[in-house]
Amino acid sequence: MPIEILMPALSPTMTEGNVTKWLKKEGDEVHSGDVLAEIETDKATMEFEAIDDGRLGKILVPEGAEGIKVNQPIALLLGEDEDVSALDKFVPPASEDAPVARRQQETVPVQAAAPVALEKAGNGAGRIFASPLARRMAQQAGLDLAAITGSGPQGRIVKADIEAVLSAERGVPGSHRPAAQPAPFAPVPAPVLSKERVLALAGNPPYTERPLTAMRRVIAKRLTESKQTVPHFYLTVDCETDELLKFRTELNAKSDAYRISVNDFVIRAAALALRQVPAANAAWSEEAILLWDTVDIAVAVALEDGLITPIVKNADRKGLAAIASETKDLAARARAGKLKLEEFQGGTFSISNLGMFGVRDFAAVINPPHGGILAVGVGEQRPVVKNGALAIATVMSCTLSCDHRAVDGAVGAQFLAAFKKLVEDPLTMLL
Amino acid sequence: MADTSFDLVVVGGGPGGYVAAIRAAQLGLKTAVVEREHLGGICLNWGCIPTKALLRSSEIYHLLHRLDDFGFSAKDISFDAGKVVARSRAVAKQLSNGVAYLLRKNKVTVFDGHASLVGKGRLAVAKDGNPVAELAADHIVLATGARARSLPGLEPDGELVWTYKEAMVPAAIPGSLLVVGSGAIGIEFASFYHDMGAEVTVVEVLDRVLPVEDEEISAFARKSFEKQGIKIYTAASVSGLERNGEGVSARIEANGKSLEVDVERVILAVGIVGNVEDIGLENTDVAVERTHIVVDEWLRTGEAGIYAVGDVVGPPWLAHKASHEGVICVEHIAGVNDVHPLDIRNIPACTYCRPQVASVGLTEKAAREAGHDVKVGHFPFIGNGKAIALGEPEGMVKTVFDSKTGELLGAHMIGAEVTELIQGYTIAKTLETTETELIRTIFPHPTLSETMHEAVLDAFGRAIHF
Repeated sequence: MPIEILMPALSPTMTEGNVTKWLKKEGDEVHSGDVLAEIETDKATMEFEAIDDGRLGKILVPEGAEGIKVNQPIALLLGEDEDVSALDKFVPPASEDAPVARRQQETVPVQAAAPVALEKAGNGAGRIFASPLARRMAQQAGLDLAAITGSGPQGRIVKADIEAVLSAERGVPGSHRPAAQPAPFAPVPAPVLSKERVLALAGNPPYTERPLTAMRRVIAKRLTESKQTVPHFYLTVDCETDELLKFRTELNAKSDAYRISVNDFVIRAAALALRQVPAANAAWSEEAILLWDTVDIAVAVALEDGLITPIVKNADRKGLAAIASETKDLAARARAGKLKLEEFQGGTFSISNLGMFGVRDFAAVINPPHGGILAVGVGEQRPVVKNGALAIATVMSCTLSCDHRAVDGAVGAQFLAAFKKLVEDPLTMLL
Repeated sequence: MADTSFDLVVVGGGPGGYVAAIRAAQLGLKTAVVEREHLGGICLNWGCIPTKALLRSSEIYHLLHRLDDFGFSAKDISFDAGKVVARSRAVAKQLSNGVAYLLRKNKVTVFDGHASLVGKGRLAVAKDGNPVAELAADHIVLATGARARSLPGLEPDGELVWTYKEAMVPAAIPGSLLVVGSGAIGIEFASFYHDMGAEVTVVEVLDRVLPVEDEEISAFARKSFEKQGIKIYTAASVSGLERNGEGVSARIEANGKSLEVDVERVILAVGIVGNVEDIGLENTDVAVERTHIVVDEWLRTGEAGIYAVGDVVGPPWLAHKASHEGVICVEHIAGVNDVHPLDIRNIPACTYCRPQVASVGLTEKAAREAGHDVKVGHFPFIGNGKAIALGEPEGMVKTVFDSKTGELLGAHMIGAEVTELIQGYTIAKTLETTETELIRTIFPHPTLSETMHEAVLDAFGRAIHF
């Protein structure tokens, strides 16, 4: 019997993917490890490898197909002794939701069997397993089941999970099940902005339609969630960068082996400042504030149709040259859509720099679960007052957005003070 | 020389122990069971199973006295107590052999003897005081069970004053009998001996019979027993037993008065104590509270590598609870995904007196005390066609729901075959159904189970047949 090749789950958050390109044609020999297709996930384009040998019998999902659910068959693989007639006899298993008996093809390890609440995708919701009692209790409390992690058999949402969410809301720690995972409280989702509704609200002006990519959907979902659930507050500081610029020119003149950008200095300064003020390198959870042991800085990289945040891990322990070459490599691969999952998922703090566009100052949206994001503006000559007299200095405005649940104003201010000191006295960055 | 090194050793071959052992073997653990007496434990040999065999005999005897109701007649109805007991023993033996076969089939090694802990991961096994083996195991599951409690002044003697064990193998049915304690064990014996022709008196220290059941069920049961002719004293105690030759004179304190009752035999059924002695707990961090081993939700004791399941860890003292604990304990040890702790609210309990009693979850009183705003439904067997056709119109079903969420908090049943019916509500509770699903469920007609449907409907003011 032909083997079904299923849409793989290439990241823990992936619920659907797009087949951007088939690299094998029907009839092609396939060996384990061969790249079958390129799949666009919510974050990146990934190569999808075969794990079985055989012949590609039939492509069920054509190139360019979008919104293919994880575990939906996308092709049929014929065994070595099977001919094409086997395809006619093939009857697909009845339920598209039955992932159990099928062979899952994976290129990266999917998050282990931890109970996963199926996320409601934009079009067509995945089935949510919940007991009738849990459903009713969630409905009565106005909770969104899609955001609740089930602790029952096979991750089914049961009464205890709803009670855990409700008691977390009331600030009562824990329920009778101490090991239960925190179930994030989900606010009632905002009304869906259907195209029809948007057109009506806008008064039906002429328009061109650009289809939503998986990445666009994730950006929309995560940033909406962040702005709605994370209490942001903002602190701005002006840093004089004349010394830094001079120092940078000197450093870059010493060798052709590296080229350090202003942003690399910013990354290093932020990393060292987080090390000096560890309370700012933190994340909020219902049980406790988590103070991270490492400083992993996610750096926003603009792409043609969105953005991605590759991570400079242990940035406080890397020199400027190392950071420079790493950011260059990450940005290049990000633009090519070739980042590996672990290179853009995680991080403890983010930096977004729009200085190259001449932006003077802006406030960025926190990328949960990060405790903060630093928005970096352009370094430009401004009039400043020095010793009671007007002078000219190169000034760069930086705005820190903090998650107030984890990082208070004073902590944010300490971080910015440490950051400013490092930027204005760049030699200390070498210490 | 047998192999003495195991991944897991279970001490005790009752329904907690042997089930744990089979599950462990299924999961690939090298497993042994140490049993000092009979495989199958009290349940199979001296509890659940042989009493059900006896109660089947008393049920038949009772029916033989009702033959006229069904259009029959017969003369000289009599029984041979020896044969009744022999059948009960044969049933127990058959099942115990069955357990031995199952353990063999699953490649579980069985050691005949008494085990005690003799150091970390080590057990000494002895038979009649002679060493049999010393076993080493990474995991030791204590499933040593429990035994009848005796009260000062009311010690059993095995002749005139019995525990469940002697009561199960009477040489003859006594003419009169005093049962001390009206929990499941006491009431089953009361019912058996009464139906076999004994004059039975029951003394209960609490204010009602079957005190763990819902109050309405207790009241219904008492009325039924008294109608049959069983004498019942509640809020009463036995202050002394005087043995006089062939019988016992019991002093009963009830309602501030003292009275003497002369009976041929006494059965003590005043509770249970855990078997925690002589198993080497002294030098471990295993905690014991009121004769029961203290365990966490995964049946772990205070000592790493030692677990305990079943009666020895405390109430409810039920075989099916022990078996489930055994499975949970072993699956957790083996790292099986998706293991869930036992939910005590979903353990059904059955008493096989006439009429039978079965329940799961909270009583109405307990539900109210827990802060629930409740909806309660009732349905009598007299409203059920099958019950009337069977000639068993005596009984009722009661349901307790949370009025806000529709959660089935408890179900309480009394009447013919309710012990076979309660699993319906247990499934419903385990799956966390609300009244909506129960109301939508189609119960077959004509069956006693329709009373269960009606009792749900009644809680929401919708009963059809009453």
